[in-house]
Amino acid sequence: MSSTTTISSPSPRTRIAWSGQTKQKLLAFASLLALIVVFSVLKPDAFMTTDNFIGILQSTTVVGVLALASTFVIITAGIDLSVGVLMTFCAVMGGMAMVNGGLPMWLGIPITIGVGALCGAISGLIITKLRVPPFIATLGMMMLLKGLSLIITQAKPIYFSDVEGFENIALGSWMENLIPVLPLPNGVVIFILVAVLCYIILNKTVLGRYTFAIGSNEEAVRLSGVNVNRWKVWIYTLAGGICGVAGLLIASRLNSAQPALGQGYELDAIAAVVIGGTSLSGGVGTIVGTVIGAFIMSVLVNGLRIMSVAQEWQMVLTGLIIILAVYTDNLRRTKA
Amino acid sequence: MNKFKLLMLSASLALAGFSTQLQAADDEIYIPVISKGFQHQFWQAVKAGAEKAATEYKVKITFEGPETEQQVDKQLDMLSAALAKKPAAIGFAALDSKAAIPLLKKAQTANIPIVGFDSGVDSDIPVTTAQTDSKAAAALAADKMAEKIGGEGEVAVIGHDQTSTTGVDRRDGFLNQLKEKHPKIKVVDVQYGGGDHLKSAEIAKTLLQAHPNLKGIFGTNEGSAIGAGKGAKEAKKSIVIIGFDSGKAQKDMINDGTIAGAITQNPVGIGFKTVEAAVKALKGEKLPKVIDTGFFYYDKTNMANPEIAAVLYD
Repeated sequence: MSSTTTISSPSPRTRIAWSGQTKQKLLAFASLLALIVVFSVLKPDAFMTTDNFIGILQSTTVVGVLALASTFVIITAGIDLSVGVLMTFCAVMGGMAMVNGGLPMWLGIPITIGVGALCGAISGLIITKLRVPPFIATLGMMMLLKGLSLIITQAKPIYFSDVEGFENIALGSWMENLIPVLPLPNGVVIFILVAVLCYIILNKTVLGRYTFAIGSNEEAVRLSGVNVNRWKVWIYTLAGGICGVAGLLIASRLNSAQPALGQGYELDAIAAVVIGGTSLSGGVGTIVGTVIGAFIMSVLVNGLRIMSVAQEWQMVLTGLIIILAVYTDNLRRTKA
Repeated sequence: MNKFKLLMLSASLALAGFSTQLQAADDEIYIPVISKGFQHQFWQAVKAGAEKAATEYKVKITFEGPETEQQVDKQLDMLSAALAKKPAAIGFAALDSKAAIPLLKKAQTANIPIVGFDSGVDSDIPVTTAQTDSKAAAALAADKMAEKIGGEGEVAVIGHDQTSTTGVDRRDGFLNQLKEKHPKIKVVDVQYGGGDHLKSAEIAKTLLQAHPNLKGIFGTNEGSAIGAGKGAKEAKKSIVIIGFDSGKAQKDMINDGTIAGAITQNPVGIGFKTVEAAVKALKGEKLPKVIDTGFFYYDKTNMANPEIAAVLYD
């Protein structure tokens, strides 16, 4: 602790951000509530139903988990463009292990997550050891992994139909047995658990403190004798492992690993992170914000669909909301 | 903060504006159509057909599809939102039938008839499927090929793939028709170019090299046909090429004579029949398992006919 306090305190920008963070969270949460209220008033019979809410939660899980992974990387002022494709690659490797290799699920799950962590570590090493900027390093990983997924599967989906219980990872509901009135799908519970874990790592561990410190002033951290590169590799490894969880969720939901899926999901994840108040210039960000950001995205898309807004206009409105969200965030920050 | 409130207010007003438009139509029969895509010309043509049927039968439709044909989960989100709206019926072209089954079962329990279209849904839940009879369409290509090369000689096929339903059915439809109706025509080779222009062009050149007496090539989709045309041009050989689907490059090649003609599906018809079938299902009419949405052969001479021009795209 003694060495980190000197690191995280000097930059005045970080101090402002810290003080404004509660406010930011409230603002984001208020926007989410406002969206829900607006859609509920406009389409009460269709939007405000248990089925639809479960649908929204379900559609948030995959991009939500990817957004959690991206949050760590973005706070270090880095970026990870490979998260969507890495998710798919993990699903494919999970399929290879459990379907083609016939391994049991208790082994297949850690393998899937492990593949993600390993790929994350490789990205981290490319960034730190080869000094390739994160944007390019992860862009390269994105293309490379997409190609590998297609090669390994021969461009055909791997179906998990024979892996007993695999579909339950995302679609089953343990909650229903515990609390019958709350039939939350397991995928949603897993998303919440991953979010809690991320919250603890980001706020209560050394890794979390260095994540913020590197993002606010990497040079200062380096000069104070910290092995920045090593921590960065750990951060990308963590992000990769979280992508592995997303890979399990999507494979379970679709009951298959779809090798060509995933590209473009990194942008949805980045949008959720940014709406949640994490700054692309690094040093600022929260897990709660990202979770809310992910929900804002999925509530918006679902609500516009429920209102039968034409697809082209859904895109226009989503784009406007993203810009609006970041603009209000800036507004608050300059006032603070 | 005030600025933010103002922005939120205007956003809600904009949304309210959208919804008043829809409120009036609330008692109408509503049929969401969920396709495999929406920005390609092919899907836009399907959409136009669906809208035409909606006007004719006085029902309300929406047309949605994911941005790429890989986004299986996004399509499921669309299906799930459509179900939440308690529609009268749903038109659906599954990207992955197996993944959609849980939601389709939900629709079945709620007595919402599902009408499959295009590649449809691989399950017995849909009441019917509106699609092109690929085998019959490819058989027509075989007849045209036979006609152009004089009923005998060597031909080859450049397929777009050997796994998808369209890939397999178009190939087999062509080969079977030749075997049955035109026994004097010999198929020397069937190769796959993945629908890629360049790859298909390389295949065409190799085929022409290996079989100097080759009289014709059937390209089973847009990319395969264009590739065959390019290959023949580069090899400076004049052969009969029959293509499939449309697209600007293929239409240009038909106009300049590189490609003799092509089979086109009827995307407008697919959209129209899907909505029509949904309406009929709601009235309790009995529907056939498959509704053939038709196809046409087109070449230089009839490309401008309104009936043909309506189903071609750039």
